[in-house]
Amino acid sequence: MSTSLRPVPRAPDSDVSPELLLRIHDLMLKSRILEERLIAMYKQGDGYFWIGGPGEEAFNVPLGLLIHKGRGPQYDYCHFHYRNSATLLAMGADPANAMRQMKNTVTDPYSGGRNFCNHYSIFEWNVVPITSTIEAQYAIGIGTAIAQKRAGGRGITVVTGGDAGTAEGDFASCLIWSSRPANPLPMLIVVTNNKWGISTPWSGQHGEKRISERGKAFAIESKTIDGNDPEVSYREIAAAMEYVRTERKPFLLEALVSRLYGHSSASGANAVVDEADCLKGFQKKLEERKVLSRQQMDELRQKYAQELQEMHRKVRQEPQPKGDTIFQNIFMDRDKVREGS
Amino acid sequence: MSTMVQAIRMALHVAEERHDLTDVFGEDVGPPLGGAFTATQGIKCAWNTPLDERGIVGASIGLGLAGCRNVGEIQFCDYAYNTIDLLKLAGLQTWSTNGDWNVPMTILTPVGAGIRGSIYHSHSFDATATHIPGFKIAIPSTPRDAYGLLLSCIVDPNPCFFLVPKALMRVRSQPGEEIPGEPGDDRALSKLIDAPLGDRAKWQPQWPDTPDIFIPFGEGRTVRRGRDLTVVSYGRTLPLCKKAADELSQEGIEAEVIDLRSLHPYDWPRIRESVKRTGRALFVNEDTEISNFGEHLLRRTVEELFYELTAPPRLLAGAFVPGVGLADSLEMASVPQLPSIRDTMRQLAHHQA
Repeated sequence: MSTSLRPVPRAPDSDVSPELLLRIHDLMLKSRILEERLIAMYKQGDGYFWIGGPGEEAFNVPLGLLIHKGRGPQYDYCHFHYRNSATLLAMGADPANAMRQMKNTVTDPYSGGRNFCNHYSIFEWNVVPITSTIEAQYAIGIGTAIAQKRAGGRGITVVTGGDAGTAEGDFASCLIWSSRPANPLPMLIVVTNNKWGISTPWSGQHGEKRISERGKAFAIESKTIDGNDPEVSYREIAAAMEYVRTERKPFLLEALVSRLYGHSSASGANAVVDEADCLKGFQKKLEERKVLSRQQMDELRQKYAQELQEMHRKVRQEPQPKGDTIFQNIFMDRDKVREGS
Repeated sequence: MSTMVQAIRMALHVAEERHDLTDVFGEDVGPPLGGAFTATQGIKCAWNTPLDERGIVGASIGLGLAGCRNVGEIQFCDYAYNTIDLLKLAGLQTWSTNGDWNVPMTILTPVGAGIRGSIYHSHSFDATATHIPGFKIAIPSTPRDAYGLLLSCIVDPNPCFFLVPKALMRVRSQPGEEIPGEPGDDRALSKLIDAPLGDRAKWQPQWPDTPDIFIPFGEGRTVRRGRDLTVVSYGRTLPLCKKAADELSQEGIEAEVIDLRSLHPYDWPRIRESVKRTGRALFVNEDTEISNFGEHLLRRTVEELFYELTAPPRLLAGAFVPGVGLADSLEMASVPQLPSIRDTMRQLAHHQA
């Protein structure tokens, strides 16, 4: 599966310790239940639209655990897309806030009820505003990476998107700008390939065998990995990040993942049964290795389901923004500019 | 006496030396050319990019998100149309996050006709720019205003458009409108800050000591006082309006001419005060006339000043055609020129209810 140009450092296998496996499982499970709760909220009328990332947890949780979280160029800038809920949970985001955005309450810390669910924005963690456009983050990430290259240190820009978005010119812009001989950029360019663009299969629209192969033309280190395996994901993300942090050059990482509830609520948000479920696969492994028993996993699922259901009940009571606030925050006043911006 | 392009260069120098401007970038912006119009010659933080407008705007947003004050240049605004969704994103970063993020970025781009630029070097951008909320928009008509408006754009914490009328790039300051500190002698200034022809590898500019001038957004300038009608314009058509007004003075028509200078926010109090006094309003610009920014001003004039008006307000704008044709006759027919501006002013002044 690898299409790497030359070997890149691999994180030692021992990095994925039993404790870390448990933590990854915990976050994958919680993320899945959060997405299921968000879908339930949509179906119960507690939101207008759902879009998210069930099926990408095996990749997105390790990504979140490996992000160097903080504010400013010494920390990682995160240009995510709307399927990164598991990444945000792994970084420490409160799942209640995802529900607040779903319910478009005034308490939604990401947009104050202005944007769709899973469109995160966390200034303190360098999580730049997620947009509904599927490609713009690949162009915008160029700028934060330039700032980080200039600042020095180990901070990198992480950009994620889907396979369909790579057809847009911004993906090409990202490859070209990040590999300019005049100034190569510390960017981890991620494509989670679920093989779908809304209802259109990848196979009928893309002639390239692997998206990662597009990196070869720019001499960008590139690799395709099994994004449904959290251990593989953890090791490969760690290795790719280490390369970007130390070499200050880009890395293109394509992760093959599943899409377990379709594109969005526009396509029904119903469970898909004919794609690999990374959570089930991981749980089977953990059971076989006797890291967790089925009963423990079932109890954990029940616990999180109850917790998130209770959160949902509370969030449901929170107020909507007032209509007369639409003219607020169009411009930033100079005296309100926050430190580090 | 500086030209507008020299004034822009001096403002960029001041900004990189004193106001934390970190990056000026775009196609051919860095050495050796220093910009297609030479606006970035000698700027230390200027660098060349791939020929990729989406990359330029994307990088500008990203630099802004990282707190870097930057100026991204689109070589001609005609080539900014494939960046519209990125510009829209830039304009909504603060709003969509309810005030969490801000983007200190300036998109500098030459606009308008006047250099026989044919179909793809003559577009205007003011109608498009004013349809993108979240941006502040400046468009100068004099070198000094270019200097002061560009500095205001750069230090503003929000996205800004700095639209440069390319027909005015080489026009010099009028007496009394100089930038303090610039040499009065054209050749002396040129020797200091214009890169020589040929090999420029060892050339270093010698910058005159010019002060901080910040022309506020939303503050227009009345360039000519008059009692009979109010003419509101900006950019390339502004000096034409002034000239037409001077000529009509010999016919006994005294037109007041307002240079709007910034299109968002814009100086409505100045327009209102003037129109209330003259009772007649003409809005002049060169963008295509349908969904034109002048239409907005005209609509507001009708809604708020209807009973003050003594004649129907007028809009004189570019013809609603897909492009500005190359032939002299085609360009002259496509965008307002001195005769059409003068005739429209005269008609409005003489209009009887």
